[in-house]
Amino acid sequence: MQDAFVRAAERWPRDGVPASPGAWIVTTARNVAIDRIRRERTLARKTELLGRLEGLAPSDPEDEDAVIPDERLELIFACCHPALAADAQVALTLSLLGGLTTPEIARAFLVPEPTLAQRLVRAKRKIRDAGIPLRVPPEHLLPERLRTVLAVVYLVFNAGYGPPVRRELCAEAIRLAGLLATLMPDEAEVHGLHALLLLQDARRDARVSPAGELVLLDEQDRSLWDADEIEAGRGALERALALRVPGPYQVQAAIASLHAEQETDWREIALLYARLATLAPSPVVELNAAVAVSMADGPEPALRIADGIAGLDGYYLWHAARADFLRRLERDDEAASAYARALELAPSDVEREFLRGRLSAT
Amino acid sequence: MQYLLLIHDDEKDWEAMPEGAQNAMLAEYGAYTEDLRSRGLLVGANQLQPGSTATTVSVRDGGTVVTDGPFAETKEVLGGYYLIDVDTLDEAIEWAAKIPSARFGHIEVRPVVMRTAEVGA
Repeated sequence: MQDAFVRAAERWPRDGVPASPGAWIVTTARNVAIDRIRRERTLARKTELLGRLEGLAPSDPEDEDAVIPDERLELIFACCHPALAADAQVALTLSLLGGLTTPEIARAFLVPEPTLAQRLVRAKRKIRDAGIPLRVPPEHLLPERLRTVLAVVYLVFNAGYGPPVRRELCAEAIRLAGLLATLMPDEAEVHGLHALLLLQDARRDARVSPAGELVLLDEQDRSLWDADEIEAGRGALERALALRVPGPYQVQAAIASLHAEQETDWREIALLYARLATLAPSPVVELNAAVAVSMADGPEPALRIADGIAGLDGYYLWHAARADFLRRLERDDEAASAYARALELAPSDVEREFLRGRLSAT
Repeated sequence: MQYLLLIHDDEKDWEAMPEGAQNAMLAEYGAYTEDLRSRGLLVGANQLQPGSTATTVSVRDGGTVVTDGPFAETKEVLGGYYLIDVDTLDEAIEWAAKIPSARFGHIEVRPVVMRTAEVGA
């Protein structure tokens, strides 16, 4: 649910994401400082943990450096095994492959620490006692398993992307996606996800005003976009496209790449959303297509598309989008009631604040 | 590693099946069992009499309590099992998915605790 919302929020091109900037600026600074130390420490700890998990098969200490990358790949597939519950998959992946401690993960997902610790113990025990294999799945299982792994990494990123923003989760997700891309260089969607995360993350500093308010994409200060990260994201997208196996993450990365241009090509974005709707059909994707169409061709065809989407009546962004189209068509009464409905359904104060601003402007 | 594949299904599904479909399913079960056996993965398997024949027994304060019916009254009851010996949970899941009843009911996959003495024996 939160996943769907966060994705939508990101693709909603006139949206931004609220946050408590003070908190995440501090976190970012701190992370930069301790990242390197932590990573070294983490890797040593993880390797030891893996040995304990396997119990019977300690790795050859002489050859430890050589086997570490493959062990991590095997470990991530074990962590994301479908026989584990989704929340356990996320917690395990962050705990065994990420640089986050149990209290940090508990805080990030608003779970009491003992609950999370117990979840981790139970999941590790299941890996050991139920015979969940520590291996890269065989060919016939790989596509499905890889989808789960990528979904877990994207979920971690979205949990950090907010609202509220939890910078350390985004950084971990990008690091994991980069690790996967290094270890599975022939998988186009792995590069696609890596590209998508980098391109979304590149706009992080422009997405929130100093007062912690939403900043719409077309109102964002583009000088705050991280040019190096956009560059890195586009590089990853090129590596993905060169493999010539299309997939939803690559299409989303291509959309994010177009959003990172100085001039937004809405027609191209509308086409990509149409492509995405065939690769990964969902009403939220259709809604995003409608928004892109509104920018490329105006509010009238966009409203037709939005009104044709079934199943979003309880979704505040559907009402907010309709309200925006109606406002631009100067159907003010209908626009006002659509904003009011969006306001009722908005999940948090920050979104409500944003919608109130739009409502009073109508 | 040994896994017990517990077949839970709704006995009414079976009763409602035309005879031809029942025979086809029995034949499918026969082929599945033979497949496991020929690969050397089958440790044991049995179909159980219906849940209406079940008796539940417990001992409390030194007295034996006997009640009619299965331990848990649910729509789907334990109808049979396979005990297989495969390398990992992945293989156990694949074999569970091939059990004909998986298309109607549910297969619970339970790893067996292997005691050192039994493993060595």
